[in-house]
Amino acid sequence: MPDAPGLELIAQEINDVTPGCVIETALEHRRASLIVDPDKVLAALTYLRDTPAQAYTFLSSVHAADYLPATPRFAVHYELLNMPRVERIHVKALLPDPAPGDSASLTPASQPHTPAGEAEEVGSDGEAVNHNPDGLLPEIDSCVDLFPTADFQEREAYDFFGIVFKGHPDLRRILMPEDYVGWPQRRDFPVGGDPVLFTHNEISSPRWYE
Amino acid sequence: MAKVNEPEALRDEEVFITQSGVAPEIEDPFAPLVAAGVTIEPGGPPDIEGDLEPEQELMTINMGPHHPATHGVLRLIVTLQGEQVLDLKPVVGYVHTGIEKSCEQKSYWKAIPFVERMDYLAYFFNMQAYCGCVEELLELEIPARAKYLRMIHMELNRIHSHLVWLGTSALDLGAISMFWYCFRERDTVLDMFEMSAGQRMHTRYFQVGGVFEDIPLGFERKLREFIEIMPSRIDQFEALLDQNEIFLQRTKNIGIVSRERLLELGVTGPLLRAAGEPWDLRKTDPFLAYDEVDFKIPVGTVGDGYDRYRCRVAEMRESLRILEQCLDGLPEGPVIADDRKIVLPPRDELGTSMEALIHHFKLVTEGFRVPPGELYHPIEGPRGELGCFIVADGSAKPARVHFRDSSFVNLQALREMSVGGWVADLIQNLAMLDPILGGIDR
Repeated sequence: MPDAPGLELIAQEINDVTPGCVIETALEHRRASLIVDPDKVLAALTYLRDTPAQAYTFLSSVHAADYLPATPRFAVHYELLNMPRVERIHVKALLPDPAPGDSASLTPASQPHTPAGEAEEVGSDGEAVNHNPDGLLPEIDSCVDLFPTADFQEREAYDFFGIVFKGHPDLRRILMPEDYVGWPQRRDFPVGGDPVLFTHNEISSPRWYE
Repeated sequence: MAKVNEPEALRDEEVFITQSGVAPEIEDPFAPLVAAGVTIEPGGPPDIEGDLEPEQELMTINMGPHHPATHGVLRLIVTLQGEQVLDLKPVVGYVHTGIEKSCEQKSYWKAIPFVERMDYLAYFFNMQAYCGCVEELLELEIPARAKYLRMIHMELNRIHSHLVWLGTSALDLGAISMFWYCFRERDTVLDMFEMSAGQRMHTRYFQVGGVFEDIPLGFERKLREFIEIMPSRIDQFEALLDQNEIFLQRTKNIGIVSRERLLELGVTGPLLRAAGEPWDLRKTDPFLAYDEVDFKIPVGTVGDGYDRYRCRVAEMRESLRILEQCLDGLPEGPVIADDRKIVLPPRDELGTSMEALIHHFKLVTEGFRVPPGELYHPIEGPRGELGCFIVADGSAKPARVHFRDSSFVNLQALREMSVGGWVADLIQNLAMLDPILGGIDR
C-alpha cells in the first residue's frame, strides 16, 4: 500500500495528466483510496495500470454501493492490485442520482408489468441498446476494455444498482431474471416486496400464470 | 504441443512445481495399430477453420441448468458444430437468494450465518472474510489461539472442498470410485467440524473477535489421526488417477489459457497457480498467522486440466503440513477477544454479574456498532481470492455487504478454455474450473 506522501504523489501525477481527475485521497484501515471524478475514472485507471512506476495491472474487484441518504448517492469501487509489490489501491467514483426520490417506485409490484416478450430487448451481438433512455440511471464508463475481468462484475452492479456502464459489450442483468423490474440492492428497495409463490397461494398471487 | 509458461520470479524455497518427476507421458494408444499397418485419421483438438464439413449446421443448445456435469444450476448456452464448441455463454443466477441484501437487514453478528451459505463448500473461508473485515473495521485484535483455531478449521475446510471437487470432477470424467473414496475422507473432516462446533456444515464457528468455543477433548487426537492417514489416502487417489489412461487423455493439454490472459480475466487460486503464477494470498499477504507456518505454493507449468488437478492435490498435502504445525504450535489462552462491547460475556457470569447481563442483553438485542468506514478484505479461499467488502454507517447493521466470489470471476475464463474444443473437453474444463454455484449466485 502506498503511504500518505506516495498517495498524494500519485494523485498529483494523475491530475497533471488529466486535470481534475482525482478529487480527494483517503488513507484508512491501512488502505489507500483515490476518490475520482466519475467522468474521468478511465483516465485514473489507465494511469494506474500503464505507468511503469505504478503498474496496478490486476483488478481484484469492481463493486457498487448505495450511500443513501448521502449525496452523491452511489459509488463504484475498483480494487486494484500490484502483484509483484503486493500493493493494493482503491479507486472510488462517486455518482450522483439523476432521479432522486424516484427509484423507490421502481419495484416490481408498483410497475406496469411488461410481459417477458416485450421487455427491453436484450443486446445481441453488435446491436447498440440504450440502457438509459430516460436518463434516470447513473452512468459511468465501463472499464472492460482495460480489465476484461470487470465484465461480470459490472453486469452485477448494473443488475443490483442500476448503474449503467457505458461501452460495456454485453450489459444485461446477470443474477436477477432478465425481465425483472427494479434495482434490488438499492437501500430504498423494500425487502420482501416480491410475493413468494407457493402452491397454496398460487391462484391468489398476481400474475401467477407466468 | 502446449506452450510452457516459465514462472518468473519463483522464490525457490516457497514454490515447487507439482509435475516434477510425477507426470507420466501419455503413450500413443494407436501405436500398436499403426505398427500393424492400420491407417489412423489424425485426431487432437479440432481446427475450426479447416476441419469443418460444409454440410454441418450450427446448433445452439442449452447445457444445463439441470445438466449433471454443471455442478449445480449453471446454464451454458453453447453453439455447436457437430461435437465442436464454437461459442459459449454462461448464464447464472438460478440460485440467487439475495444474501447480500439480507445481510443489510441483520446486525453484524447475525449476518455470519448468511455469508456462510454463499459458497457452501468454503463456509469457514466466508466467515473469515466477513469476520476479518468487521474486525479490521473495529480495529479489534484477535487472540493468538483464535488465529490458530481459525487456521486449523480453514485448512480442514480447504481439504474438504478439494475432496468434494476431486470426487465430483473424477466422476464427471468417468471415475466413479474416486467419488466414494473422497467422500469417505470428507466425512472424517465433517466429523471434526461436528466435534468442535456441533454442526457438520455451516457451523457458525467463527465469531467477530475469535471463535465460538475452544476445541473439545479428543479433537486433537482425531486430527492427528487424520494427518497421519491422509497422505496415504492422497497417494491412493493419485495411484487411481495418475496412471489412468482415460484421465490423462482427457486432462492433458486441454483447456490451456495463458497465464497473462488468466490475469487479465481476474482468475486466481489453483487455476492461476496451475498456469505457473505463484500467487497465494496466504504467502504474499499473510492474514491470521500464516506467516508463522511453513508451507509451499504448488505451481504447474502448462496450465492444462492435469496441472489444475496436480495443484489441488498438492495443496491438500500442504494443508496437512499447515495443520500439523498449527497443532504443534497451538498457543494457550483465550479463544475470543476480551472486549465486552463486542464479544458476548461467558455464560457462567450471567448469573452473578449485573454488568455481564447488561452487556449480554445489549449485544443480543441490538448488537455491536461498527464505526463508519468501508473496507475490502481479501483472503485466499480454496478457489482463489475471496474478498468481502463492507460499508459501515455507524449503526449495528452493515450498510452494504459484498462478496467478491472467486468462482464468479473465474467462470469468465470458461469460454476461452473451451471454445474450439470438443464437448467432452468442455465437461473437463468445467470440472477443473470448480465453480460453486452458491458462491456465484449468492
